[in-house]
Amino acid sequence: MSLSASRTLRRRVSDLFYLHPRFLLLLLLLPPLLWLGIIYLGSLFNLLLYSFYSLNDFTGQVEYRFSLSAFEQLFSSAANIDIVVRTTLMALAVTLACAVIAFPIAYYITFYTRGSARTFWYLMVLLPLWSSYLIKVYAWRLILAGEGVVSWFFNALGLGWLLQGVLSLPVVGGTSLSNSYLGMFLVFTYIWLPYMILPIIAALERVPKSLVQASADLGARPRQTFWKVVWPLTIPGVAAGSIFTFSLTLGDYIIPQVVGQPGFFIGQMVYVQQGTAGNLPLAAAFSVVPVVIIAIYLLIVRRMGAFNAL
Amino acid sequence: MSMVDRPYLAIDDRPSTIDTSMPNAVELINLSCHFGSVRAVDGVSLEIRPGEFFSMLGPSGSGKTTCLRLIGGFEQPTAGRILLFGQDASRLPPYARDVNTVFQDYALFPHMNVRDNVAYALMVRGVGRAERYRRAEEMLEQVKLGGLGDRRPGQLSGGQRQRVALARALINKPRLLLLDEPLGALDLKLREEMQIELKALQRSLGITFVYVTHDQSEALSMSDRVAVFNQGRIEQLDTPKRLYEHPRTEFVARFVGSANVLEGSIIGLKGKYALRPERIRVQPGHHGGPGCLAGELLDVHYLGSQTRYEVRVGEQRLTAITSSDETDLPIGSPVTLSWDPSALRELEVSR
Repeated sequence: MSLSASRTLRRRVSDLFYLHPRFLLLLLLLPPLLWLGIIYLGSLFNLLLYSFYSLNDFTGQVEYRFSLSAFEQLFSSAANIDIVVRTTLMALAVTLACAVIAFPIAYYITFYTRGSARTFWYLMVLLPLWSSYLIKVYAWRLILAGEGVVSWFFNALGLGWLLQGVLSLPVVGGTSLSNSYLGMFLVFTYIWLPYMILPIIAALERVPKSLVQASADLGARPRQTFWKVVWPLTIPGVAAGSIFTFSLTLGDYIIPQVVGQPGFFIGQMVYVQQGTAGNLPLAAAFSVVPVVIIAIYLLIVRRMGAFNAL
Repeated sequence: MSMVDRPYLAIDDRPSTIDTSMPNAVELINLSCHFGSVRAVDGVSLEIRPGEFFSMLGPSGSGKTTCLRLIGGFEQPTAGRILLFGQDASRLPPYARDVNTVFQDYALFPHMNVRDNVAYALMVRGVGRAERYRRAEEMLEQVKLGGLGDRRPGQLSGGQRQRVALARALINKPRLLLLDEPLGALDLKLREEMQIELKALQRSLGITFVYVTHDQSEALSMSDRVAVFNQGRIEQLDTPKRLYEHPRTEFVARFVGSANVLEGSIIGLKGKYALRPERIRVQPGHHGGPGCLAGELLDVHYLGSQTRYEVRVGEQRLTAITSSDETDLPIGSPVTLSWDPSALRELEVSR
């Protein structure tokens, strides 16, 4: 093919794309759509399907007939309900803590830093995501261990009694921080914090400064400006962040294994049931639980008007 | 020389709304605001009387908006003082000043409907819901937006948003209203309507307006007095008429009404002179005679009722505007310019 011919062809392709932008869009979106449609949604649907199958106790084979036995099994056992409640409470606590810690950080970065200082803070927020999740979790186990740096620090300050007092509390306590729900909560909060900070920054950045000034101009003190103007406009960001922290905590099965009291979380249950126990329908039923909880969560958040300002 | 400006202390044609017995609405004393090496406002002193419609006019970056923001409390002065109604407000936060602002981008709260936006100032002061909604509705009626209280700002047109911003700023009956290029985003026709309305509103409410604009015709048509800003300083502060008729500096002459700035040498005088385009007569051909200058016609712009001529006279390029009923002159043809000597205004030598 001559040079001019290839040029003509290229121009024709360009013209085609320019005149039919939807065609280009389709071409670009087809691979991800196929991936999302078949691999992602397909497996999710398959999962849902499996939760309505049952396991033949004698053969250990999955019976491909509609049955609610997996859900019966899930909800008839007090231990299983404990797992669901424990995981949900942990996810809620972690989400709340992340929001409370993340908001001032995001607020500071958005309104009080500029240029290279801002880049530095972004880097500080993102830096923990650069290292492996497993390394961080095991590092935390050491930090929180009975002989770890945290208890050393408390002892060095003469506050060892305080740590012991906290650890002797029922439910949250344990033999050491690394063997307590409190420790697990700390690790979860640390690990998911960036996922809360970033959406809040994104939301705060979209609040025009002139709105804050207009509020002050109309006589609102800083506290009123915050609650009447800044906060309502930032709720979508907090909601987005909370969806991350909430669902990530609901589905995690490593942290509960490495840090904290013995006692299963939903993610571990799924892992065990589909692996060692070989009960795929029950594992599927357990996996449906977080999906349902998050759906309910989203409904509540929406009711609260989180998406009104979108 | 008799045509040179005198210092302006005299205040002529002052409207009756201005009360001279009260303290000044705004008094800026040697006010400066520097951002690093940028001298946004550099030693500005002025007094604005209660009930006055005062404009700050200047190109972008001239310091007029910063000056307004200093009065509103959104910027902190690096030096100098701000007095509002006789009280020192230099260090007061915006919420402690009896001043309201109409922002350039309107700054309407997107998560509230129009009624809540307008009632905001009452809400933060703890006025009950029924009372503040009643007053918000009144205010909306006043700016001709009655019945639109349930809409979101996003559902309104630019002109309507502008009115909401105005209603929101006026609901607390401030004694001083700051307007930061409030009509900048509106199209020409709407802008002209709003100019008339704003002026009428200011008269009926008797509030002091401080109006920032880069549009000289806007400033001239609405204001009692105008301060022309350039590089953080006031070039001239005067009534619109004196500003237009007697520009003091080359900058003012050019910026307000785009006057020609004539080198005195071409008319046998010293210094520089301002000459309004509409004061120049254009005649075809070259004629001798006192007060006549021969030139070459460079360009002709037909503007409807008027025609603008660009004429080269020696090294200089002059603009003349005449009414359009004259015969067409071809580009490149010789022309003669003349004017009444009283039309010349001697300018101060720039600093």
